Amino acid sequence: MAVIIKIMDKEDISRVITRMAHEIIEKNKKAEDIVIVGVRTRGVQLAERLLSKLSAITKREIPFGILDITFYRDDLDRIDEQPVVHSTEINDDLTDKVVILVDDVIYSGRTVRAALNALMDFGRPKKIELAVLIDRGHRELPVKADYVGKNVPTAKDEKITLYLEETDKVEDKVTLERRDE
Amino acid sequence: MKLLLKNGRLIDPKNNIDEKLDILAENGKVVQRGKSLKGSGCKVIDLNGRVVFPGFIDMHVHLREPGREDQETIETGTLAAAHGGFSSVVCMPNTEPPVDNEGIVELIYAQARANGVVNVFPVACVSRGRAGEDITEVGSLKRAGAVALSDDGNTVMNSNLMRRVLEYSSMFGIPVIDHCEDFNLSGDGVMNFSENSVRFGLKGIPAASEDIIVARDIILSEMTGSHVHLAHISTAGAVDLIRRAKKKGLKVTAETAPHYFTLSDSYLKSFNTNFKMKPPLRTEEDRKAVIRGLEEGVIDAIASDHAPHVQHEKDVEFDFAPFGIIGLETSVGLTFTHLYHRKILNLTQIAERYSLNPAKILNFKDKGHLSEGADADFTVIDTEKNWTVKTDDFYSKSKNSPFIGWDLKGKPVLTIVGGKIAYNELP
Amino acid sequence: MNKFVWKRKDLLGLEELTADEIIHILDTSKSFYEISTRAIKKVPVLRGKTVVNLFFEPSTRTKTSFELAEKRMSADIINVSTSGSSLTKGETLIDTVKNLAAYKIDILVMRHSVPGSAHMLSKILEASVVNAGDGAHEHPTQGLLDIFTIRQKKGRIENLKVAIVGDILHSRVARSNIWGLTKLGAEVILVGPTTLVPKHFESMGAKISHNFDDIIGDMDVINMLRIQKERQKKNLFPSLREYSDLYGLDERRVKKIKKDAIIMHPGPINRGVEMSASVADGPFSVILDQVTNGLAVRMAVFFLVTGGRKGKGIM
Repeated sequence: MAVIIKIMDKEDISRVITRMAHEIIEKNKKAEDIVIVGVRTRGVQLAERLLSKLSAITKREIPFGILDITFYRDDLDRIDEQPVVHSTEINDDLTDKVVILVDDVIYSGRTVRAALNALMDFGRPKKIELAVLIDRGHRELPVKADYVGKNVPTAKDEKITLYLEETDKVEDKVTLERRDE
Repeated sequence: MKLLLKNGRLIDPKNNIDEKLDILAENGKVVQRGKSLKGSGCKVIDLNGRVVFPGFIDMHVHLREPGREDQETIETGTLAAAHGGFSSVVCMPNTEPPVDNEGIVELIYAQARANGVVNVFPVACVSRGRAGEDITEVGSLKRAGAVALSDDGNTVMNSNLMRRVLEYSSMFGIPVIDHCEDFNLSGDGVMNFSENSVRFGLKGIPAASEDIIVARDIILSEMTGSHVHLAHISTAGAVDLIRRAKKKGLKVTAETAPHYFTLSDSYLKSFNTNFKMKPPLRTEEDRKAVIRGLEEGVIDAIASDHAPHVQHEKDVEFDFAPFGIIGLETSVGLTFTHLYHRKILNLTQIAERYSLNPAKILNFKDKGHLSEGADADFTVIDTEKNWTVKTDDFYSKSKNSPFIGWDLKGKPVLTIVGGKIAYNELP
Repeated sequence: MNKFVWKRKDLLGLEELTADEIIHILDTSKSFYEISTRAIKKVPVLRGKTVVNLFFEPSTRTKTSFELAEKRMSADIINVSTSGSSLTKGETLIDTVKNLAAYKIDILVMRHSVPGSAHMLSKILEASVVNAGDGAHEHPTQGLLDIFTIRQKKGRIENLKVAIVGDILHSRVARSNIWGLTKLGAEVILVGPTTLVPKHFESMGAKISHNFDDIIGDMDVINMLRIQKERQKKNLFPSLREYSDLYGLDERRVKKIKKDAIIMHPGPINRGVEMSASVADGPFSVILDQVTNGLAVRMAVFFLVTGGRKGKGIM
């Protein structure tokens, strides 16, 4: 039997995104050169929320992009089934911009590595920063997030899932699933 | 040397025999048939009800010797024949060099005497060098022992040459066997022209290319009054033409091969070159017409068109692979599975298609029946034996069979040639 | 989201693919289309993989497209073309390919004049085999790029009327299009003389017309095939002049087509024979889009066939 624990609810998520937006503005001088890029698939919806918070605070339109990292994965040879690819939608030249890369959960760091490689093919950003909702540890690469919503210590066999109303038709939440011993 | 086969079911259509009888052979001839024969000082084999036929004759094989001993030799080819239940084979003259002079006929007989395990009867060419132009010395070839004339592999495309060879050969009583294919129509085709050839993008050989030559040969047979034998018939059109010719009482006979009543051109989907032969596998309708032709006796004989090719020749792109498949060791099994057990041919009809009719067509007076004094050639079949065609079981040097892996019912278990055992798998 | 999972090692033809598989390739192609619009037109999907382009027939277009697709996916490439090929040295195709496979290649792209050649190799190779045209049999990537282009321009395939005009009998492009389009619900009408469009094609699910003018006004898509001048010698049609008069797409005929119809051609065009220059360059023509799309489709095919396996040697 698996046990599912709710570790964040709708309000937690909303509060954390607001805090992260403020941190981004504070660190990047009113966010003048920033571009928000969400990593497919969960990072995109999170990035959209962060974007609307940032726009509301700064009263400006901030450029937005979607990154599909399938082509840059380092495990294409090792998996049994070929992943479905989706398109990348980055219409702006990223040269000299500050890219805020957004993903839901940071774990091994391999997704971030692939995303960094992918971003380099769209120009030479001034800086790339990483924003994640959950940091669950167990890094396999020297990667660190600049903005973290919540640190959640986990075991390797546990599973973290983010649910968002717009896609999952349930109230926003983050759950932790663990095997019952 | 005496041999007594006890408790077999003897099938002999010429003498109207279908009965459980013993049969005694001595000095290569049948000496006695009867119940409870006593064998003193002879080898006795108890057949325990298995079926005894007059020795089967495969009237259309390619033994490849001389010239292509890498594909088959008279030794391996006759071993395959014995294994397949044939006590006699008739070999086609498209060797290298071709059988267009007495020297090659004599060479084949010499090799057969030295290394053959079944009777070998060579066919000689219609034309010198199989070139389709100048007629061979039919009289000398006949005297040397050629049993028929054919440019097999090639059609005698020149109608005047065909006319002349029919006229000329008739005075020697030697039949002409034609490979029926209008080469202008077949062109560079590699399979039957049909919905399937269009689908697979392979170049097609229309059924008309066979039908046209069959029709021409029938007309020339009527005109000359000579016997023409039509090789490896594969189309509904040809069966129909032959049926009408026979109704008219013309001297026309025909054979087909087991692949034409078991396979059709949809098998080419695999692009497996072991389904590539000439004539090509035709449609389902043609296949059914060939079966009807066999059933009605429109088609007189079943011959394998055994055409060995080595593996590396066949392991190439479809267009580049040679035509032809081996057949000596699967022919009888396919006939029993697909014609006997499906009640299309009975044992008497099978004896006609495999023994009596070929003997008649080729004027073998002492073969094709079990009369006292006939040649002691016997084919013994276990009609109920189930077996699987396996590459490793072939005695033939080549393995180019489309039937590998097929489960068959009915198998030759004992082949006697001139009173001697050529093949025996009885317990 | 599309939950479809691709399972095939090879792409040999469209006959054997299901409608879902074809749609999956088209969807995947859309993602690859975007790569060619970037400043840096290269992704590392095939990094460290070896692709052999084995062409036994002359081809500039198809070979260029495959090669560029491979390069944009960061593959290592070996080109083996007819000149100096194995057959002239008496080596069989299987031996040639076994030798290449000994280098542990990942993908073999092959163009060959004999139908079924790619199928034969796919059975002995562990590497993926992509058929770049096997005689008159199939040319699956061309079929896919044609369908991709139709879908891009018309928004759908279902219930479209697609005419394929010309030498259908000898055309692998036609066959791949017929299989793919009919599986996706289009109505395919084959147009050409009786000698080049035998009735047997109806068994593949296509309709047949020998009168171009009768059907031209109803067509959503008109795909004009190249006519090989050598066919004339085999009495398949009496002259190019008569062929062009009956089946050529010129200004006179273009006046009859639907306002939103598209005109395609797999190239290279015999200007003035199957199509006049002004039609080829005119407003209905999507011929250059086909070329662009071909690249995306071939990248998608490489991505799918190499997925989740370590391609190597001989089976």
